[in-house]
Amino acid sequence: MTIDIEQTNKTPSRPRHRKLDLKNGRVELTHGAGGRAMAQLIADIFAPAFDNAFLAQHNDQAALPMPKGGRLVMTTDGYVVSPLFFPGGDIGSLAVHGTVNDIAMSGATPLYLSASWVIEEGFPLADLDRLARSMGEASRAAGVPVVTGDTKVVERGKADGVFITTAGVGVVAPGLDLSGDRARPGDAVVLSGSIGDHGVAIMSSRENLEFETAIVSDSAALHGLVADMVAAAGPHLKLMRDPTRGGLAATLNEVADQSGVGITIAEDAIPVKPEVAAACELLGLDPLNVANEGKLIAVVEASHADALVAAMRAHPLGREAAVIGHAVADEHRFVQMTTAFGGGRIVDWLAGEQLPRIC
Amino acid sequence: MKYVDEYRDGALARGIAATISAEADPARTYRFMEFCGGHTHAIARYGLEDLLPANVQMIHGPGCPVCVLPIGRMDDAIKLAENPKITLCTYGDLMRVPGSNGASLQKAKAHGCDIRMVYSTLDALAIAEAEPDREVVFFAIGFETTTPPTAVALQIAARKELTNFSIFCNHVLTPSAIRAIMTSEEAKRGEVMLDGFVGPSHVSTVIGTDPYEFCSEEFGKPVVIAGFEPLDVMQSILMLVRQVNDGRAVVENQYIRAVTPEGNRKAQALVEEFFELRPSFEWRGLGQVPMSALRLRQTFAHFDAELKFGMVTVAAADNPACECGAILRGVKRPEDCKLFGTVCTPENPMGSCMVSSEGSCAAHWTFGRFRTFARARSGERRSA
Ligand code: SF4
Repeated sequence: MTIDIEQTNKTPSRPRHRKLDLKNGRVELTHGAGGRAMAQLIADIFAPAFDNAFLAQHNDQAALPMPKGGRLVMTTDGYVVSPLFFPGGDIGSLAVHGTVNDIAMSGATPLYLSASWVIEEGFPLADLDRLARSMGEASRAAGVPVVTGDTKVVERGKADGVFITTAGVGVVAPGLDLSGDRARPGDAVVLSGSIGDHGVAIMSSRENLEFETAIVSDSAALHGLVADMVAAAGPHLKLMRDPTRGGLAATLNEVADQSGVGITIAEDAIPVKPEVAAACELLGLDPLNVANEGKLIAVVEASHADALVAAMRAHPLGREAAVIGHAVADEHRFVQMTTAFGGGRIVDWLAGEQLPRIC
Repeated sequence: MKYVDEYRDGALARGIAATISAEADPARTYRFMEFCGGHTHAIARYGLEDLLPANVQMIHGPGCPVCVLPIGRMDDAIKLAENPKITLCTYGDLMRVPGSNGASLQKAKAHGCDIRMVYSTLDALAIAEAEPDREVVFFAIGFETTTPPTAVALQIAARKELTNFSIFCNHVLTPSAIRAIMTSEEAKRGEVMLDGFVGPSHVSTVIGTDPYEFCSEEFGKPVVIAGFEPLDVMQSILMLVRQVNDGRAVVENQYIRAVTPEGNRKAQALVEEFFELRPSFEWRGLGQVPMSALRLRQTFAHFDAELKFGMVTVAAADNPACECGAILRGVKRPEDCKLFGTVCTPENPMGSCMVSSEGSCAAHWTFGRFRTFARARSGERRSA
């Protein structure tokens, strides 16, 4: 079996130092077989991209210092986004942001990440390198290192380019107890910014949808914003969620269900970029159902809503933060919205896949 | 949401609503049918029902192409997809429509049938070109707006002499459906109490407003052709109220932005070139409706999947508890169905009206079901 590499050192007296062909090379099954080729893939692509002291120990696991006090938070998420590269990000950065955000929604400080890559045979090494570096940059920017990882290569057709699973741990400070079941009638619902950007950015880059838009994904790590929110509203914060798949509508319904309350929101209060609104019109989508990767909602005691919104607006990722509604007593746990026209409607989960309008 | 669009101005809408309330005669009820599912969706999504006085009521019509497709045709499509040589291209909305015995395209796909979701006829055409070894069939549905694009695809296919592309044609006609509603058994018994129609602007962009003249002439019902923005809908309702108050029954055009009496002659000619009227076609709810659908002309028979694959449609009965038929004829409302929200939800639809976002049941469940509960609580009910 040949490995797609080039010889860069032809001196016969020393062991051959072979470098991956990052320009034209492709991932082969041997790159996942545990042999020298795999070691090289890790040495040439992943190690420099993630570069940190824990990884540099070259062990099958990372031994990490124990945080003092508080509770440990752990989460894991699989990433299968298509296309792998989209306006405003790629699967590498998304796999960092998504997992960091899942941890941050508990009010925790994210500490460490793991990354497990499933790569399809034939995947260009250049793209793999780009994705790994993007993941490394995102993790450095977030200050949350990838401390352990794994790569597997599967036969052509058994995966779609690259799938990534990241797990993360963080620590939540004593006294903070954020949970989806804590919304009570009267609490304020706060949204951090405009909705639908990520979903529209993804859809605009799918080949069979021929529309062009300047919209880029909002993919971002939210733990900095969360830290400011915790500082401003502390124990008065009831819960936080990031409205990813299913959009704001799904997230609000989850909260209503878990807490056993209804939620009323005002359409006027929810920011939607005009380009996103226009694209949604074209595709027959409701921005409320479209995914976000850099937004959050918080439920907070009404008395602390203003302070919370002020703190959020002072952070670059919360400039458009606003109270969009309130939790109410409702045995049906409906999420209801007053439309811009003054009428009422339900805001529901999306049934099936979001599909374009046909007539 | 902060839409910048002038046609969505809430204050303007409330102004029109106030005018409707002021002009509507409290001594009578106004019952208007919005023919098109797009209007049903707009009314539900923007909560327009809340802006209307209680005596101005909107009845949902049969203008949702997914909803009116009879079970027999869904079975046909599934049968096509089961042919290992065939790649069936379909709009996503059709994936979950129940066929006989709980079958659906979605389930067929899970069992390995080659079914691909496309966004337009041209996507299907591109697949046919890229994969010459596959028999690519496009599951064509829709009213007069979607027919010209299908004709364009056929034109291209003919020019490129594609032999592996065909159409499973289910294109239907709006005016025939209105006539069917006005002449149904229920109408003869006086149970269809309609005071006018809101007609779809996009259909009239193609066919114009002239084809609706019969509605006012023969049945004495006003028609207003309306755009799909919520403000358009509100304005068309006001125009209908005024016609009723004045004792007039004419075809009016709210959507002067794009609609003319004669429509788009070029599009009509293109459709004419490829399609001809079927003597009769089965609609869900309306049954066999004469001269209400199109098929490919004899000259283009090689593009007609029904002929190419020797399809024979077997009519199949709807779930007896499902009221889609009566709802599509405008004599029942979704909440009159016993299955609504209990057995039948968008996640597990029993009838086609619960599948498409333009279907009455789906629109009412997704956006308006809080009203059903509010009514139940207050003991009041707006019955059909
Ligand atoms: S609720 Fe379901 S079963 Fe009842 S009429 Fe509507 S689609 Fe049919």
